[in-house]
Amino acid sequence: MIEKLATVDTARIREDFPILKRQVNEKPLVYFDNAATSQKPNSVIDAINRYYRYYNANIHRGIHKLAEEATVAHEEARENVARFINAKQTGEIIFTRNATEALNLVAYSWGKANVGKGDKIVVTIMEHHSNIVPWQLLAQEKGATVEFVKIDENGELRQDEIHELIDDSTKIVCVTHASNVLGTINPVKDIGRLAHRFGALLLVDAAQSVPHMPVNVQDIDCDFAAFSGHKMLGPTGIGVLYGKAEQLEGMPPFLSGGEMIREVHTTGASWKDLPYKFEAGTPNISGAIGLGAAVDYLRGIGMENVLDHEREITRYALDRMKQVQGLNIYGPMDVDHRVGAVSFNLGDIHAHDLASILDEDGIAIRSGHQCAQPLMEFLQVPATSRASFYIYNTKDEVDVFIEALEKARKIFAR
Amino acid sequence: MSSDIYKDIILDYYRHPRNSGDLTDADVRAKDSNPLCGDIIEMQLKIEDGKISDIRFKGKGCAISQASASMLTEAVKGKTLEEIKAMGKTDVLNLLGIDPGPTRIKCALLGLKVLKLAVYGHLGQTITEEVRQLV
Repeated sequence: MIEKLATVDTARIREDFPILKRQVNEKPLVYFDNAATSQKPNSVIDAINRYYRYYNANIHRGIHKLAEEATVAHEEARENVARFINAKQTGEIIFTRNATEALNLVAYSWGKANVGKGDKIVVTIMEHHSNIVPWQLLAQEKGATVEFVKIDENGELRQDEIHELIDDSTKIVCVTHASNVLGTINPVKDIGRLAHRFGALLLVDAAQSVPHMPVNVQDIDCDFAAFSGHKMLGPTGIGVLYGKAEQLEGMPPFLSGGEMIREVHTTGASWKDLPYKFEAGTPNISGAIGLGAAVDYLRGIGMENVLDHEREITRYALDRMKQVQGLNIYGPMDVDHRVGAVSFNLGDIHAHDLASILDEDGIAIRSGHQCAQPLMEFLQVPATSRASFYIYNTKDEVDVFIEALEKARKIFAR
Repeated sequence: MSSDIYKDIILDYYRHPRNSGDLTDADVRAKDSNPLCGDIIEMQLKIEDGKISDIRFKGKGCAISQASASMLTEAVKGKTLEEIKAMGKTDVLNLLGIDPGPTRIKCALLGLKVLKLAVYGHLGQTITEEVRQLV
């Protein structure tokens, strides 16, 4: 039985996702690996299909009909994304391959032009590797330092460290909006206010927030935000960098070549306006169109409703997980402070053993260091398991998951 | 893959690893990790007359990686270095008595890789591509 929640008709939503009918090891698929990538509704699959079947063409250059249709669809997707996160202008939306490329774009383009010897880059211990390594590389090259804000016992950023680390030498503060490991929602708006007071910029890794909750970049007042299409019902290979126009305009190009130039002469070149300056080469046209369809789908449900549904599932999952003997949960227990990515360990069972046992029952979870080794070190665990929920997940699926955890516990108690 | 991969014998080797610890008079040591899982195995070998006269392992990681490393140490005691070089995936699967499936095979083969790294190191020979590709 699939329960009907007040705001989201899960049964109807599940009908839109063909993969959810799949059996895995002769059991119905329970897909709890949404923080890694989400599944795709028919509307997204169809939008990509339609592009390739009816109007596939390269964009921006052609005069012919197909090129015009493809260009319009690609640019409508950009406008759609801009509205979705409330960007002030469409040109502030730059399409990238994924959130990682968006973060690298800022580190390479903005970072190389604005970070120098002795400057400080503030990140947090709960960042994904993609919001750590580009900054470490930049710091090494420039003689700057990367400082980590640590977390308290609830898995929330330590306010004292935020205030201690952000100072006059800080050039940028790079913080995840929602942790892919702990689920913690960070007070990015407050952090931004503090950073701006010291003349530093705020970059938000929104890969785990934009898919799961309303995100308003103007309200947060972040200078940059990065997220991936494939974690929000869209296809892989398309991501977004949001940047305030005033920042993006001053930045040199990241990649260069076709599509991004105004004029090229043997003596040099000049760049197109935003956002094209940052989009060299033929872009992922079908990806952008698919992402646009994903945004339409999410908007159709309403991001407040998405958040409510996930909180409901997360609350239920946390309550049931707490009752599993020997189960350790990392991250806030208060669902109002978190998204639905729940990391845990069960006794001394290694995360990979646990994932294998759950897989036997058709349950897909993530296990390993979750691309957050500094956080694993801080938590003093080699790895964790992670269940992460989305709009199509149900309490019944949580029950199946809990049963499998009990099974694993019994296997390893032998 | 079925829950058979966690049959009693594997869990027994995981819980009570044979030949675990340090070999103070080891002739060669090698260590490697599986970047996917973070499994770590170190092998320490005592070598006499071209044969493994004693062996210990240390490690951290999942049941499959630790149990297979432990089983391997028992199986190779007394074997010649050439015999170790000739060992492959099938030998490890035979020891385990199960096929852990494509996602977990690297866990199972980590012990063999480290053992081979030690043997090649001791012989002063270049690590072959076949060994490098094990995990």
